[in-house]
Amino acid sequence: MKLFDLKGGVHPEGKKDLSAERHIRALPLPKKLYVPLQQHIGAPATPIVNVGNKVLKGQLIATAQGAVSSSIHAPTSGTITALGDHVAPHPSGLPVPTITLESDGEDRWFMTRIVDDPLALAPEEVAACVAAAGIVGLGGATFPSALKLNLSRSSGVQTLIMNGGECEPYLTCDDRIMRERAVEIVEGIRLIAHAVAAKEILVGIEDNKPEAIAAMQEAAQGTTVKVVAMPSMYPMGSEKQIIQVLTGNEVPAGGRPADIGVLVHNVATAFAVQQAVRYGKPLISRIVTISGGAILQPCNLEVLIGTPLQELIDFNGGYTQPAARLVLGGPMMGQQFTNTNVPVVKGTSGVLALLASEIGHAEASPCIRCSTCVRACPVGLLPLEMAAHIRTADLTGAVALGLKDCIACGSCSYVCPAHIPLVHFFNYAKGDLAAQERSKLKQEATKKLAEARNERLARIERERAEAAAKRKAAREAKERAAKEAAAKAAEEAV
Amino acid sequence: MSMELRTSPHQISDRSVERIMKHVVLSLLPVCGFSIWQYGLSALALLLTVTATCLATERLLNRAASQPSTLNDWSATITGVLLALTLPPAFPLWMAVVAGFVAIAIGKALFGGLGFNVFNPALIGRAFVQAAFPVAITTWVPAFSAQRFSEFVPTTLTAPLMMPPDIVEWIKLQAVDAFTGATPLARWKFENVVASSYDLLTGVVTASAGETSAILILLCGAYLAARKFMDWRIPVAVLASAALTAWMFQLYDPTHYPAPSFVLLSGGLMLGAVYMATDMATSPVTPLGVWIYGAVIGVVTVMIRYFGGLTEGVMYAILLGNALTPFIDLYTQPRVFGTRQQGKKK
Repeated sequence: MKLFDLKGGVHPEGKKDLSAERHIRALPLPKKLYVPLQQHIGAPATPIVNVGNKVLKGQLIATAQGAVSSSIHAPTSGTITALGDHVAPHPSGLPVPTITLESDGEDRWFMTRIVDDPLALAPEEVAACVAAAGIVGLGGATFPSALKLNLSRSSGVQTLIMNGGECEPYLTCDDRIMRERAVEIVEGIRLIAHAVAAKEILVGIEDNKPEAIAAMQEAAQGTTVKVVAMPSMYPMGSEKQIIQVLTGNEVPAGGRPADIGVLVHNVATAFAVQQAVRYGKPLISRIVTISGGAILQPCNLEVLIGTPLQELIDFNGGYTQPAARLVLGGPMMGQQFTNTNVPVVKGTSGVLALLASEIGHAEASPCIRCSTCVRACPVGLLPLEMAAHIRTADLTGAVALGLKDCIACGSCSYVCPAHIPLVHFFNYAKGDLAAQERSKLKQEATKKLAEARNERLARIERERAEAAAKRKAAREAKERAAKEAAAKAAEEAV
Repeated sequence: MSMELRTSPHQISDRSVERIMKHVVLSLLPVCGFSIWQYGLSALALLLTVTATCLATERLLNRAASQPSTLNDWSATITGVLLALTLPPAFPLWMAVVAGFVAIAIGKALFGGLGFNVFNPALIGRAFVQAAFPVAITTWVPAFSAQRFSEFVPTTLTAPLMMPPDIVEWIKLQAVDAFTGATPLARWKFENVVASSYDLLTGVVTASAGETSAILILLCGAYLAARKFMDWRIPVAVLASAALTAWMFQLYDPTHYPAPSFVLLSGGLMLGAVYMATDMATSPVTPLGVWIYGAVIGVVTVMIRYFGGLTEGVMYAILLGNALTPFIDLYTQPRVFGTRQQGKKK
């Protein structure tokens, strides 16, 4: 199959050999699980359990709220011990609403409903199963999957692309799941394709994962699923980039893949879909890569959602030496965390404990305009110019240069010889821009309210004046009538 | 546990500004060595003086601005070495000090230091002394004189603020065959004599300290480009556009205009194309921009050589290219992913 070139991109050191040969192992049942209500893009779920309630594994404990949201299920059987705040899987380490579940050690399932021929279900039913299972994109974006299926079905999809790129260094969770659960993944892929009536199905896998490619190819035999080896290059696994490499088409700036008839899902999401549709199992666990130079024995673990990260780190022997930095996800786009009580959430692909030598020295110096960032940017932006505008608080200038098209992949920061934290500039500017837009909306709303109030007051005043005038007119008419009557009476009397 | 919070990425490449600059300096060492071999003590003194002046000026201005020292980024060293290589080997040392000071103080520090300068600092220094000392900067000495490792050319040691002595007699004493005291470009311009390509390639001609051997400069540049410490597109664009322009002139009048090879190999074009035009801070950053920038420099160089009052035009061509850089960048923004036209959408 003809592939198209990725614009820009970088070749970070893969470091995947640390954990690539480690079989997926299940982490022993933790005592306590901390399940945040928001593990997805959109509105947080609303709890439907109370403290003291006993729940079974897979039982719904919080329901989706509004159009963009996702349900949350009990990862194991046990007792709800708290509905309150727990530290968030976010660099801020701020508390977020969380359901705390104490495991009873029995791990008893709520129900299992087996569908013998899931492909015979109607597309709507497949999407409904995915929604009920609380599945979100497991590649990291955590967009509710069912919503994506429904939107794609209504807008029409030609091509379904399954993302097995896993271009982030260190991470091997997708590699392992493709090697070990290819049959299930292929069935999940066919279910997704069925749900959106896709005509072409492509699975893109970077060629640094030959075993995964072989396993997927074997599982895909006799189906319309086509497994494609792609060159290993970061950010190959970015949605827009993988579409461009496989189809040659670019998602319009500011648009979505559906605009060009493409739907992209992660391979691990396909596994979750298969489990949900065939076995009625909700998304309560995921594969997580534990790696980094500070980890004694890197590994790939199947972990229940809500498990504190410390248990993952300790499972295989803990640290070799204190980590200089702890990261959730891959090193290129992952987020730093400092509190190891943070729970695993649906979007947690990796837990990295990195040494200072792996992070590299990063004291920023002035830009020498070497243009390495320009050549590394997969979107065709001028990172150095954008950063210069943001430095002077000229957000309009940065937006004109394409700030909103930045995918925050980190390629520019990675190659910058002056170690300028370019992505930090862009994230800051995007945040500021969002805040500005919010405050603008708020101002407009306030203005509208004020105008409505003024109008209402004016109307009331006007009505009052009108009523007064009416009353006056009536009174005068009455007086006139009385006068006339009096005059008449007087006349008659005379 | 307390940790510094940082944004992604949490992994960076091993490139650094110091490493790039250090490699540029390293790659210049063979060129310096060749120059010293050709001109002896005078060339060595010139290199050391200019570089030391540049470093001292940089440090002095750091201190004046209460900034930490920027000597360790190696950029002042590059400016010094490059500037020395563009000066005649017997250039009076006190004038070389002036050139070095102007290069760093006016060419770089005044704009805000590394990365903020609009013009190539080394060329600013050279342009200043070319205007200030027109005679000294066109006084050439023969290469490979017998006593070059035991004595200085008399002009080198001119007392500060003094005019250099006349060295015609001294040159005669050196008894080097066929020394004309003029560069190949000057000889072509005023005497219509075209030097042989072999001499130009190997560098056994009269020229500035570092402009002599085209082949050596090309090799050093190739090393930098291969290690990705230099954008190869710029020298290729400069040389290609200069050759093309020269070729068109030769087609028009073969008796008057020299072959493209002469244009490429003579004067400072090679050094300029490989080491001056590629200065990162003063060249465009867009993929299309570097081609336009290089092409402009090539054409302007040939135009100045053929129609200007000067024999050499590389310096002004590059300075002009530097001045155009912001405009080139502005109009050659790459196409943003998912948009049709170059530059901004909408």
